[in-house]
Amino acid sequence: MRVILNGQPHTLPGSCTVAELVAQLGLEGRRIAVEINREIVPRSRFAEHKVQEEDRIEIVHFVGGG
Amino acid sequence: MEDLLRIAGRTFRSRLIVGTGKYRSFEETRRAVEASGAEIVTVAVRRVNITSRETENLLDYLDPNRFWILPNTAGCYTAEEAVRTAHLAREAGVGNWVKLEVIGDEKTLFPNVSATIEAARILVRDGFAVLPYINDDPVAARVLEELGCVAVMPLAAPIGSGLGIRNPYNLRIILEHARVPVIVDAGVGTASDAAVAMELGCDAVLMNTAIAGARDPILMAEAMRLAVEAGRKAFLAGRIPRKLYASASSPLDGLVD
Repeated sequence: MRVILNGQPHTLPGSCTVAELVAQLGLEGRRIAVEINREIVPRSRFAEHKVQEEDRIEIVHFVGGG
Repeated sequence: MEDLLRIAGRTFRSRLIVGTGKYRSFEETRRAVEASGAEIVTVAVRRVNITSRETENLLDYLDPNRFWILPNTAGCYTAEEAVRTAHLAREAGVGNWVKLEVIGDEKTLFPNVSATIEAARILVRDGFAVLPYINDDPVAARVLEELGCVAVMPLAAPIGSGLGIRNPYNLRIILEHARVPVIVDAGVGTASDAAVAMELGCDAVLMNTAIAGARDPILMAEAMRLAVEAGRKAFLAGRIPRKLYASASSPLDGLVD
């Protein structure tokens, strides 16, 4: 399944949930936020929200800044 | 009585707020933040690097249980981007405060005032504690306070410029009218600039480059901590008026003939 992840084309092995994607990326337990097609996916819905073909996914975290 | 900084119902002992950009490592960031004594630390929101798989994160070095994390919308040029960034930050789970920055010009990084006001209105409605970065503009400060911002953060000089307090008179006008904390955000270059901001009566100072860009950031962080404390105490103590002529410090009575 092809999606756009943080602006880059990304291929997922098959159907997956946001929780599974986050785990694949090694981001479990991190302070991150996920947005799909410009809608925030609340953490409480990671396990049930299924990623769809061609979704535009943004995963953000905190970095140094002023 | 203890002199505390109060913002949106929270209290802080330190009146120095620090940024976390431009450091050489997370470890240097941590050491500088420690040396500054800051309790509020601002951070930016950016995409996770999917390809490099970083194993460490800034917040591994700055424990959100110990520091109050103030996400910012740095780099946003429209109200829409800033609102979106603030929502993402809140979702990432460090609370509902946001340092609202809507930039209007790449070269000066001056704020877009109308877009800042537009974004602030939306974010206040959405339940955020909004701390907007603004020009040293008393009217913008008043408008933002009236629409519910929990502090106003006028610049002293352009971001990262180190030019110091360019317009103390505008800051004084903002201070005279504000009923929310006034935090000087941006432009401080060295310790005396921070002291001047505090002596004017500002409630706090926010800085990043002045510390991170110093030859020895850890030492400068300590200098800034002391300067903010000194400036605050001088403000509370009440300085003497400026006079043109001398006034002797030693008594004139009892001089030997």
